Amino acid sequence: MTLVLQILLSFSILSLVAVGGANAVLPEMHRQLVELRGWMDDATFSQLYALAQAAPGPNILVASVMGWHVAGVPGMAAATLGMLVPAAVLAWGMAGLMHRLRGAAWLKPAQGGLVPVAIGLILAAGLTMAQASYSHGVWPLLVVVAVSTVFVWRTDYNPLWVLAGGGVLGAVLLG
Amino acid sequence: MPDAPPALVRPSHAALFLGYLKIGLFGFGGVAAWARRVIVEERHWLTEREYAEILGLGQILPGPNVGNAAVMIGRRFHGLAGALLATSGLYCAPLIILVGLCLFYDRYGQAPAVEPVMNGIAAGAAGMVIGTALKMTGKLKLSVEALAVLLLAAVAAFVFRLPLPLIVVLLAPVSIAFSLWRAGLLGGAKGAAQ
Repeated sequence: MTLVLQILLSFSILSLVAVGGANAVLPEMHRQLVELRGWMDDATFSQLYALAQAAPGPNILVASVMGWHVAGVPGMAAATLGMLVPAAVLAWGMAGLMHRLRGAAWLKPAQGGLVPVAIGLILAAGLTMAQASYSHGVWPLLVVVAVSTVFVWRTDYNPLWVLAGGGVLGAVLLG
Repeated sequence: MPDAPPALVRPSHAALFLGYLKIGLFGFGGVAAWARRVIVEERHWLTEREYAEILGLGQILPGPNVGNAAVMIGRRFHGLAGALLATSGLYCAPLIILVGLCLFYDRYGQAPAVEPVMNGIAAGAAGMVIGTALKMTGKLKLSVEALAVLLLAAVAAFVFRLPLPLIVVLLAPVSIAFSLWRAGLLGGAKGAAQ
């Protein structure tokens, strides 16, 4: 039980410093789980991270996999709740604050100021993912990146086709 | 692409959950691109600008920006129930899949051999994320200084690999100041808040 509570506590702290999401908090997660608590070794941390990447959804769910490894289903529940709830409560509070301030003339422009930062970071995330794809040394994957970019940018068609195509190509070229 | 934005739709409780279920289920390699597609393009819950503004707020808070946006969007439409529905919809499918993967890992001691397929999907997802950023930039008609901030943020994160919190702390105040200045609010407009 105390272990589960420790997991809950560790991930609650991580949740509150995770500005920028999972990738921003990964070094600190490593420090907490591997160096501080000694719950797993380096190799396991990397493998669990890779495992989490195979599932869809927000990358932050890497926390759930780590929790599972440390303490099974209760560990997974504790890590997931610890990671999600504090941040969600803050977001809830922020939404309430925005609602209360909605008449203020400066609110919309101030909020608008955050937009380019958010889009810039999305762009960087995409470029980082593209670079990771190329690290396999298979150039057709870069073609997939390029086709997918144009497909999503210039059309409103469902990008599921590009993802499926990429998956098939990956299985053929890398399998 | 049609320029006239379609009428906005207020999602029901079920629609909110199902929309976020789809975002979570399809969001390989991150959910930012699917969230925008479902919310803005497919279901018309929010305009491009409204969504971008909520996402911007989600970015400066800790936690995944899309997760924070789910709380805020859920609350906007259906209060606490909405926030809970959107959030649980978002994480429901990925968690079920993760449990399956963990069971496999426990049993065979290694991640299942889906890596080649996932790498291919990740390439498609990378393009999807880049395309989404380009599409939002195009549709939002950003000012010159906003474009500069956008590029600076991207370069800082991608080229120089600066920690994201640092980028947000450095760039957000500058960008907000630019935006307030554009709106003619910087200096002399202190009383506008209250």
